[in-house]
Amino acid sequence: MTQATQKTVKDPVLVVLQLSGGNDFMNTVVPYGDPFYYDFRKTVGIPEGDLLHIDNRYGFHPSLSRLKGMYDDGNVAVITGTGYPVPDRSHFRSMDIWHTAEPTKVVAEGWLGKVIRELDPQKQNVCTGVSFGQGLPRAMYLGGVPAISVRDLESYGLLTNMSGEDKRRAVNVFTRMYMPVEFDEARMILDQIGQTGVDALAGVDMLKPVPSLYSSNIEYAADTLSQSLRGIAQVHTADIGTRVFYAELGGFDTHGAQMGTQTDLLGNVSNAVADFFDDLREHDAAEEVIMLVFTEFGRRIRDNGNGTDHGSGGGAMLIGDRVNGGLYAEYPSLDPADQLSGDMQFNNDFRGIYSTILDDWYGIQPEPIVNGSFESFEGMINSLS
Amino acid sequence: MTTSTRTDVSLVAHLMRRAAFGLPAFQLEQLADKPYEELVEDLLHIERYERPVEDLMDRFNLEHANEEDYWFTLKKWFYRMINTERPLEEKVALMWHNRFATAASKLTNPFMLRHHLEMLQDGGLGNFHVILSDLSHDPGMIYWLDQQTNHDGAVNENYGRELLELFSMGRGNYTEDDVQAATHAFTGWTIEQTIPRYPNGWYESRYVFRDDDHDFSTKTFLGEKGEFNGDDIVDIVVRQPATGQFVAETLYEFFVADEPDQKAIDSLARVYFDSDYEISEMLRVLFNSDYFKDARFARVRSPAELIVNTMKLNGQHRDPYEYGIRSLLDASQAMGQELLNPPSVEGWHTGREWIDSSFLIERVNFAVERLTDAEKPGVRKIIDHISGMQPSFTAPELLDACLYAMGCWVLEEKSRQIILVDIGDIDLAPGSESFDATTTRMMGYIASSREFQMA
Repeated sequence: MTQATQKTVKDPVLVVLQLSGGNDFMNTVVPYGDPFYYDFRKTVGIPEGDLLHIDNRYGFHPSLSRLKGMYDDGNVAVITGTGYPVPDRSHFRSMDIWHTAEPTKVVAEGWLGKVIRELDPQKQNVCTGVSFGQGLPRAMYLGGVPAISVRDLESYGLLTNMSGEDKRRAVNVFTRMYMPVEFDEARMILDQIGQTGVDALAGVDMLKPVPSLYSSNIEYAADTLSQSLRGIAQVHTADIGTRVFYAELGGFDTHGAQMGTQTDLLGNVSNAVADFFDDLREHDAAEEVIMLVFTEFGRRIRDNGNGTDHGSGGGAMLIGDRVNGGLYAEYPSLDPADQLSGDMQFNNDFRGIYSTILDDWYGIQPEPIVNGSFESFEGMINSLS
Repeated sequence: MTTSTRTDVSLVAHLMRRAAFGLPAFQLEQLADKPYEELVEDLLHIERYERPVEDLMDRFNLEHANEEDYWFTLKKWFYRMINTERPLEEKVALMWHNRFATAASKLTNPFMLRHHLEMLQDGGLGNFHVILSDLSHDPGMIYWLDQQTNHDGAVNENYGRELLELFSMGRGNYTEDDVQAATHAFTGWTIEQTIPRYPNGWYESRYVFRDDDHDFSTKTFLGEKGEFNGDDIVDIVVRQPATGQFVAETLYEFFVADEPDQKAIDSLARVYFDSDYEISEMLRVLFNSDYFKDARFARVRSPAELIVNTMKLNGQHRDPYEYGIRSLLDASQAMGQELLNPPSVEGWHTGREWIDSSFLIERVNFAVERLTDAEKPGVRKIIDHISGMQPSFTAPELLDACLYAMGCWVLEEKSRQIILVDIGDIDLAPGSESFDATTTRMMGYIASSREFQMA
């Protein structure tokens, strides 16, 4: 293999999109062919004629039209019946479980934090993991491992009100004050803050030029998710070595007024994600990116007359040019005899999805990260190499 | 008054950072004339002090004149936090706001949010039984957790679940059956809008009980059996040991330290029961305890605490006419705590999670910008206070004076040395331009430090 061809193999990149609040998977990919669906979803059900049909049993929510287009192109894998043993209906705890890949005990280490450590063990690049939006997710946190959180690339900078010699001195003092003598997770919160400060400064230096390097014909919408994904496209196309991205959209806790709310939210997701991949393709930077879309839990099979309550058994999606699209795993039966106290029975552990990504995409040993051995989805991802 | 009853200024500083929003030393020195226990009583006895007059803001500051906007309420909250003489009232409101998180993202009726905040301010120091009862009747909370769609025959368990999980007992202390029982007990608890939204704008909403929509059946809840209504559920919940633990943990985490101390929490939980659920009794014990006095700088400050403390030092927004308080809202949002609009029902993640690379930069930028301008009234007062301490200052003397004057801050030796190396050899007399410049430069370094993130 020559030097030139070696260089054309790009590093695999993962974008995680978190839908917070418990997205109702039953109305995202709708099992309209299941005779029980319309029995249980009398008011919070989507008429068969409105659905974007996948086959004669399943259909996408009507506002997912652009995502459906990507599905038809073979780039969307839908994993149904996903969950974990002993489902927890608390947002707080269930999100934690997805973030830490640890359903049995409370731990602080995020699964993506461990991924970042594997990808960059020498901590050579603070931008190996970059999160857009409100705050670093627990999934990306691991003591001593850098991860950058950005709200707005354009205004990202330290001591922006200062200039000249004053600023040079202040940044110098800041850098030296924050530099931990020797990082020790157990020692002190001050060291953690110090490390965050040092990473932040390095991140600012790397991210500052990013917006000026970017131009695109894609016009993203003004909403937060679209802007987050635009930021991710900017950083990715700037080629600064980021391998893990994170974005979030909240509002899926639809106990009430679900029909309108979920329609808006899923429309937002569909458009933002489609714009994002169109943008990457325009920059010839799509092939090396896959996106995982997840939510902390699904919702009850029976609606409550206006919305749906917290349930178990959700679903996830993996999206990208290197993804072999289609429906994966069994869609759980809605038959009351098969239900788990009013919820869908899960039939695959979400850590199997993580394992697939780790093994087939990153080429990382999954077990230490997902805390066990879980069945991967064979053939879901075509690796880059 | 004899000198023996004076309180150590650094202890007063600690108390005021926690029970209030922190103060510069020239104000702490006045408070230190009183014994510590009396300072605690002054904080707890809010009736000894008046609230700031907010009408003036409505009348004279157009920035605050749009009642259709929840920012109207939020600007007034910032104004009140900066100016109140009852700071503990606002601190407990902040604490409960993060426990009973409701957000403008869903509560589009601004009156609902204002009413909800007033409930936290007016009752936050009171009895937890009353707090939980008020919460259950609060139109904002009812709408936030879809309680108005919890019907007899078609239940919505959102409030029943979160009442047990997030507002009182916590996970692991009840069963799914208890969630169902509580949910059924709250059927028929709903709200009415007195007048529809348009064309007349928003109006106050109010709680109503619809007995034709209530499930009057016998329920089993936490081992007790009866025809329980929502009030009975609250009665039973507040009696639970897990609720005592929950309230004790809430107070400990907010007022003492990010790292829990089970012994201290257990002792607070005992006060919860001994006092029949009185929050102010628990706080009296807490503030007078050794574990509290020893827990200096053991908490990462929330954005709201950092912002209001910075404004106490900077001296702006002391009268209702001053424009620009909106910038404090923007800052809190950028630091990850947009008040009255938490990200979800679980509120904000606190402690270490207040700090990530983005939030840290915003915190540092804000505090440095506000504390390095000698023209700002509060900064001027701090410089004047330092100027009166001695005729001239070496670099270490000036640094110690700044740390003290800003409210008895403490830097690690490493941070001190780095600042002193930057400042170099000086011997400055007050009253010169270079004295002011060096002092504000040092104040900026302190405001940018790791230590300044803590309280």
